[in-house]
Amino acid sequence: MQSITDIDLGTPRRTSEKQITLEIDGVNVTVPEGTSVMRAAAVAGRQVPKLCATDMLEAFGSCRLCLVEIEGRRGYPASCTTPAEAGMKIRTQSPRLADLRRGVMELYISDHPLDCLTCPANGHCELQDMAGAVGLREVRYGYDGENHLDRPKDTSNPYFTFDPSKCIVCSRCVRACDEVQGTLALTIDGRGFASMISPGQMQNFMDSECVSCGACIQACPTATLMEKSVYAYGQPDRVVETTCAYCGVGCSFKAEIKGNQVVRMVPNKNGQANEGHSCVKGRFAFGYTTHPDRILKPMIRKSIEDPWKEVSWNEAVAYVASEFKRVQEKYGRDSVGAVTSSRCTNEETFVMQKLVRAVFNNNNVDTCARVCHSPTGYGLKTTFGTSAGTQEFASVDQADVIMIIGANPTDGHPVFASRMKQRLREGAKLIILDPRAIDLVRTPHIEADYHLQLKPGTNVALINGLAHVIVTEGLANESFALERCDPDEYNAWKAFVSQPKYSPEEVERITGVPAEQIRQAARLYARPGNSAIYYGLGVTEHSQGSTMVIGMANLAMATGNLGREGVGVNPLRGQNNVQGSCDMGSFPHELSGYRHISDSVVRAQFEKEWGVHLDAEPGLRIPNMFDAALDGSFKAMYIQGEDFVQSDPNTQHIERAMRAMECVVVQDLFLTETAKFAHVFLPGSTFLEKDGTFTNAERRIQLVRKVMPPVAGLADWEITCAISNAMGYPMNYNHPSEIMDEIARLTPTFSGVSFEKIDRLGSVQWPCNDKAPEGTPTMHVGGFVRGKGKFVLTEYVATDERTSRKYPLILTTGRILSQYNVGAQTRRTENVVWHDEDVLEIHPHDAEQRGIKDGGTVEVASRAGRVVLHARVTERIQPGVVYTTFHHPDTGTNVVTTDNSDWATNCPEYKVTAVEVTPVSRPSRWQEQHRDFTEQQEDLLEQRLTKS
Amino acid sequence: MDIHHLVKMANSIGDFFGSEPDKAKGAKGVADHIRNFWDPRMRRQIFAHIDQSSGEGLSDLVLTALRAHRKELSA
Repeated sequence: MQSITDIDLGTPRRTSEKQITLEIDGVNVTVPEGTSVMRAAAVAGRQVPKLCATDMLEAFGSCRLCLVEIEGRRGYPASCTTPAEAGMKIRTQSPRLADLRRGVMELYISDHPLDCLTCPANGHCELQDMAGAVGLREVRYGYDGENHLDRPKDTSNPYFTFDPSKCIVCSRCVRACDEVQGTLALTIDGRGFASMISPGQMQNFMDSECVSCGACIQACPTATLMEKSVYAYGQPDRVVETTCAYCGVGCSFKAEIKGNQVVRMVPNKNGQANEGHSCVKGRFAFGYTTHPDRILKPMIRKSIEDPWKEVSWNEAVAYVASEFKRVQEKYGRDSVGAVTSSRCTNEETFVMQKLVRAVFNNNNVDTCARVCHSPTGYGLKTTFGTSAGTQEFASVDQADVIMIIGANPTDGHPVFASRMKQRLREGAKLIILDPRAIDLVRTPHIEADYHLQLKPGTNVALINGLAHVIVTEGLANESFALERCDPDEYNAWKAFVSQPKYSPEEVERITGVPAEQIRQAARLYARPGNSAIYYGLGVTEHSQGSTMVIGMANLAMATGNLGREGVGVNPLRGQNNVQGSCDMGSFPHELSGYRHISDSVVRAQFEKEWGVHLDAEPGLRIPNMFDAALDGSFKAMYIQGEDFVQSDPNTQHIERAMRAMECVVVQDLFLTETAKFAHVFLPGSTFLEKDGTFTNAERRIQLVRKVMPPVAGLADWEITCAISNAMGYPMNYNHPSEIMDEIARLTPTFSGVSFEKIDRLGSVQWPCNDKAPEGTPTMHVGGFVRGKGKFVLTEYVATDERTSRKYPLILTTGRILSQYNVGAQTRRTENVVWHDEDVLEIHPHDAEQRGIKDGGTVEVASRAGRVVLHARVTERIQPGVVYTTFHHPDTGTNVVTTDNSDWATNCPEYKVTAVEVTPVSRPSRWQEQHRDFTEQQEDLLEQRLTKS
Repeated sequence: MDIHHLVKMANSIGDFFGSEPDKAKGAKGVADHIRNFWDPRMRRQIFAHIDQSSGEGLSDLVLTALRAHRKELSA
């Protein structure tokens, strides 16, 4: 079922410079060449009956309901598959057409349950609508013949049901799975009357390859595929367009609501990032917003050994203000700081960093980009001049060669992955640099041309090896490099990568990637046409994360793959607003728009606007905050929706730091791992409960619209403003749009941004200013933001984290489709059916050597700590490397990871930890302590409940 | 803060700028990076380490950079 407010034009939009005019029912209509007659008719305001057609899918022409008459042509062609031609004269209604359509509908209805009044699609069923549209009044065939009405319903999926008795076999679900999602999990089994929809090999949905993206449900014209929430709550009665709060793709959704109950999240066909598609998280995993674990009242306590005490908002805010003042008076101005949330809105992160700079009067503010894409900010700003990706998502449609480096788009950024897969199915070439065989290495209708399965930690050597081939074989685009970049720096880089130490043979020794593969991949990337790099945390979360980002930028500049569609260097950013939180000045050295705090001219603008003096020195980064807490110089911290006790490396180090502070204020939805160490808990609001904006990985700023009032009473921006007011610095905004107005006044790349403009245009990609009043989809067109592109030398330096006899394996960590980051949200949804624990992937060879069986319990030990989890023996991972996720706090994956970090940004080296794996039978000591601590903290929370 | 950690951080910055053929330029790169990204207490501590133990553990490039640019880096 489509959104209740969607208008379906029948077939997809076509773009063409050539417009054609035809006549439909006597009305002239002009459409782009390639448009179907059905869509042209819809544009002309004439609805042609249809069942197998929808504007999300290519025309199929099977239902025979959309027949029309075309003057001068014989027969009754299907309007969905007939292209409109100039001068055509079409009739959409005639007595003969009506007879034909009624005949078709009679056949459909004769094998369809007549339970409309109790059907969840009642009122929004296309079959029902068409029966009305064609004037069906009787079914001559009766209902007693052979039929499919007794087919059992498949309820295996936690979010939707499949009721084959209601199926009309229009194939929309099959085509949605093929064309939109690209998983090809559905097919038609049987022929003729026996045809039926089959997940996988006649399996139920849960046992099939289905990834629960929901595209099939949206495509289904009946209640055959239907959300269980619609069965439970009934039809929604209002719609609010908003933006997903999961990954950095930033899908636009229509929240369909009844009262304040969200019934469905339906991806917005007009969404400029997702164009009507979604994944299992965005579409279905919103149950956490109403989960009973949510804490809805502010709480305070003196010590983390004490029970919580519920207090009013006024008491809580006054207490926080008094504590920060006390700590600053006792330990100094620099003894306090804050962490902004990449899950909160731009406006919320902006006021948070403003609180730190204007009220705390220091620059001790950071954000979770520290542990993911801070190297992206550093590397791309150094080389290009802008701390962001170069393209919009639609750019991939023009790519001839796609190079994916250290990213797993089908799991981490599934909606963009579907778009990428469409392009790959069209024939684009694919190069993957990854230690692990991600799904895109081989998936239906897609196989990577080259999978460079390098050893973790050797990225920079490999990128230099690729550059070596390009330069020494004369494949560089020197006219671009010499004209658009600094020629001296280009020549120095060219000489650098040409050294024999970066020849493919030498690089093979370091990376394990065969020299010939390196040569072939380099030649493919550098060939004429459009080559685009997409990358993820497998690039950034290394000791040389920033160096690798620079290395990729060098490669793109050397081959001229920048400044137009189809090319670029594209970070697939993790959290929904991690780009935005960085844009908003969440880093301790930068004001909004990536301007260094030491810049007196920029600082003066803020000082004038804010009426305060600003500190010119950079503040502490998150890991520095922990170190400073342990040395006694950092005593209080305000944490907005981040859970770094679970997400950041070397958990035990962080736990010690948390215990060392006198005042930890956590603003969040749940008693997270971090909140267990807090002295103040401020109940935050979900994305459904506030207005604001998120900025996605393509710099696209989109509106977040309030679907319901904040359940705990205040939106996050209101909490921060209240604390500021209590500390004596007035922050009195009436609406987040006023905060954005302030951002626009202070930030050149946002100077043209306003809520009104975003609402009007649907979204805006920064830079948005006088030069680009409607935003900038593609960066660096005609020239780099910094002037000349900067080539920088990227020497490979092996990480300090070495394997040894004691720790012979390398652990690399990542994430999976159904869970999100620390899992605080997705673990509180039905998504746990797909992933209810973190498991360790280990190659059969390594498992055999250690006596490890698939499903057995193993201990992973590193120099930092030990955890125990179950093993999965798989060839997906190469020998010598093991892999796990960090979605479950009980696992404590980050107990094992170390505090090694990127040289430039301190982004942790999550991807390389030397470990040993051994079979064991009981949890690790940390896990036992964690279990006891969790029980204690849950008891203390429980005691709070009995007092309220 | 743990001085060993600061020394390690400084040396990793030095490793990056060590590829610069012009050593003075490399040292300037190290100094600029520390000036731009290190909180003043971290800079004070690394200089205290240099004063107290001649910068034990710091690479030559980092030590050169910190000594040559101490004035700009002082907080």
